[in-house]
Amino acid sequence: MISLAARDIAHSWSKYVFTGIGLGLLIGVTLSMAGIFRGMVDDAQVLLRNSQADVWVVQKDTQGPYAESSSLPDDVYRSILGMPGVQQAANVTYFTMQVQHQGKDIRVMVVGFKPGQPGAPPSLVAGRHVTRSHYEAVADVKAGFKLGEKIRIRRNEYTIVGLSQRTVSSGGDPMVFIPLADAQAAQFQKDNDAIVSGRERTAANPAFNRPNVPGLLEAVQMSQTTSHNVNAVLVQVRPGWDAAQVAADIQRWKHLQAYTYADMEEISVKKLIATSAKQIGLFLVILTIVSTAIVSFIIYTMTLGKIREIAVLKLIGTRNSTIAWMILQESIGLGLVGFIIGKTVSTLWAPAFPKYVLLLPLDAVLGLLVIVVVCTLASVMAIRAALKVDPAEAIGG
Amino acid sequence: MKSPLLKKILLPLIGVVMLGGFAWVVTQQGPMAATKITVTLVTKQAISASVFGIGTVEARYNYRIGPTAAGRVKQVLVDVGDSVQAGQTLAVMDAVDLDARIQAAGWAAERATASIATAAATLKLAQTENRRTTSLVARALVSQSSADTSQQQAAIAQAALEVAKKEQQRLQAEQQALRQQQASLTLTAPVAGMITSRDAEPGTTLVAGQAVLTLADPQSYWVKARIDQSQALGLQAGQTASITLRSAPHQVLSGKLVRIEPLSDSVTEERIVGIAFTPVPAALSSGELAEVTLQTGQKADALVIPNAAIQQQAGQPGVWKINPDNSPQFTPVQTGIHSLDGQVEILSGLQADDTIVVYTSKALRADSKVKVVEQL
Repeated sequence: MISLAARDIAHSWSKYVFTGIGLGLLIGVTLSMAGIFRGMVDDAQVLLRNSQADVWVVQKDTQGPYAESSSLPDDVYRSILGMPGVQQAANVTYFTMQVQHQGKDIRVMVVGFKPGQPGAPPSLVAGRHVTRSHYEAVADVKAGFKLGEKIRIRRNEYTIVGLSQRTVSSGGDPMVFIPLADAQAAQFQKDNDAIVSGRERTAANPAFNRPNVPGLLEAVQMSQTTSHNVNAVLVQVRPGWDAAQVAADIQRWKHLQAYTYADMEEISVKKLIATSAKQIGLFLVILTIVSTAIVSFIIYTMTLGKIREIAVLKLIGTRNSTIAWMILQESIGLGLVGFIIGKTVSTLWAPAFPKYVLLLPLDAVLGLLVIVVVCTLASVMAIRAALKVDPAEAIGG
Repeated sequence: MKSPLLKKILLPLIGVVMLGGFAWVVTQQGPMAATKITVTLVTKQAISASVFGIGTVEARYNYRIGPTAAGRVKQVLVDVGDSVQAGQTLAVMDAVDLDARIQAAGWAAERATASIATAAATLKLAQTENRRTTSLVARALVSQSSADTSQQQAAIAQAALEVAKKEQQRLQAEQQALRQQQASLTLTAPVAGMITSRDAEPGTTLVAGQAVLTLADPQSYWVKARIDQSQALGLQAGQTASITLRSAPHQVLSGKLVRIEPLSDSVTEERIVGIAFTPVPAALSSGELAEVTLQTGQKADALVIPNAAIQQQAGQPGVWKINPDNSPQFTPVQTGIHSLDGQVEILSGLQADDTIVVYTSKALRADSKVKVVEQL
């Protein structure tokens, strides 16, 4: 038996293909939007995954270190290491700043880490890990740096020795990993003018500049330029221990705030990016509704455009089921073509987005289901219109 | 409508391109795509361990030159940057009343000399009287009592003479002390060197011990460096070092580890070491930032892998080994020397010519499909 749908498509294939492409681009945009939404959530989660931590210890009564600022003395980690159930505890600092690269400003998150400890870059895609305890850096590929390039952070230049991938802040800014001691200095370091004028201000204060106490002024000035603070302590829990229990112990006995992975996820995903995620999410919903509406209208009008041919078919005695099957096949076929093109283009243009676009297979499958359902529904409307057609229109119209 | 040829070729072509693109997207880009990896072989080669630290250039010995007693600065004869010889006068403190006090002490000593003469004359008279009385007692012309009295008078006069002599010595010593104090008002260089700071100007009043000038020997300049405790293993005096000054980042100076301080900095968790320049370059600036790389040891024949290959799993370091059937397998390793150029010595867990994963496009799992590429 010859397929009516295939014959019809072959007859007006250019129209069919162009409609399919148009539909495909629309589906592509919708899938990309879903990808942007997923990417945004993933950005918030990847920060936590890359930390390789089970428990985050931050300043008491803060939701640091990502959602709020947090500051801890850098010797706190020693007392945390002594807590039961703690395998590793490492200091870490985070601060966001603009760095210059080839005359352009790039926004990066500078991470201070201890090599081999939680918080260090998890894996590389080029170069090597930091081996010197100062002035070396690992940067995310998104920052655009190449191996061997120098990056200036505050007063010092760091050599890029390694590149990592998918190491971004919750806002999607690429990370630059530098040794902890440098990061501590850089985070609180003022520019030289500020340091010099600060010294003069201290020297002008008679309480610190006492002629009968030589050395006092120098001691005060020294104490102003050093920093022994970090933003968080990342803790890995011993196998078999409950992270929530360890966190509760730290919180109770060390009088610090401790969050488990689930808590941090709550803070990062549900609080930190809540508004922007809702924004994108709502837009995704609207875009999906609009897309389904457009898809169904296109299929409906395409069928209506063939109303005369359908009337001829009826005139020559074609069965209603054959006509309905033809319309359904064409409609679902169009949906499939659209989906294939949409999936292809959304994958192709995803890397061009400045922020991460995560195309989940689950989203694609959901999209496909929605398309099939929508196409079926639309074709039902079209079939009803087609079946109501009077065969006489074929000759009368 | 259209030529059937066009229809026959173009339509299938569009279909093929579309399906081909989709197939490529699904298999190469999505989660079904193989993880791209780069691999390397475990090699046997030489590896040298070195540690890196930063420090500041400073003089090994600083001479802070100041007065021994509170006083006022009268003259400062040298300025920052001047080279001075050992013994050269650098500054003079104001004597204030010291000269007058020396003169007074001299006069007091002279007066003491006169007192000695008086005492000597008194003694002479007392002795004459005593002799006379003694001879008269022998002839029973005077009482024994007056003989005893004159004997006592002579003894007293003898003692008074001793007192006067000692008083003269005391006053002379006092004058000597004042003279020495006067000499110490002249501040001289204890060693040859260069003036590094001038802390007081003429007219300034200083407490005892406060410095007027600081003197340092440029030949004693070294780098006081701080080495992270985690890297400090294997440090030994005598190891060679390369030093890079912040002012000359491309010039490598040679040095030698001469001192490892027995006390670590417990706040910054760093060891403090002293590295001498060999030889000391000219025109060093004290306080300049210097980067120091120390050679702490080497092995001629070690199993070596790049440090980027090492991953942490459950707190344990290991590498992904590629099995002969092209499947990845996580292998825990023990590491030895970490070289500064990113090589790591493997003590156990791997054999020479094992194929290991260096870089991955995403995190590997034991069931990951992998595709070996040259570069990510």
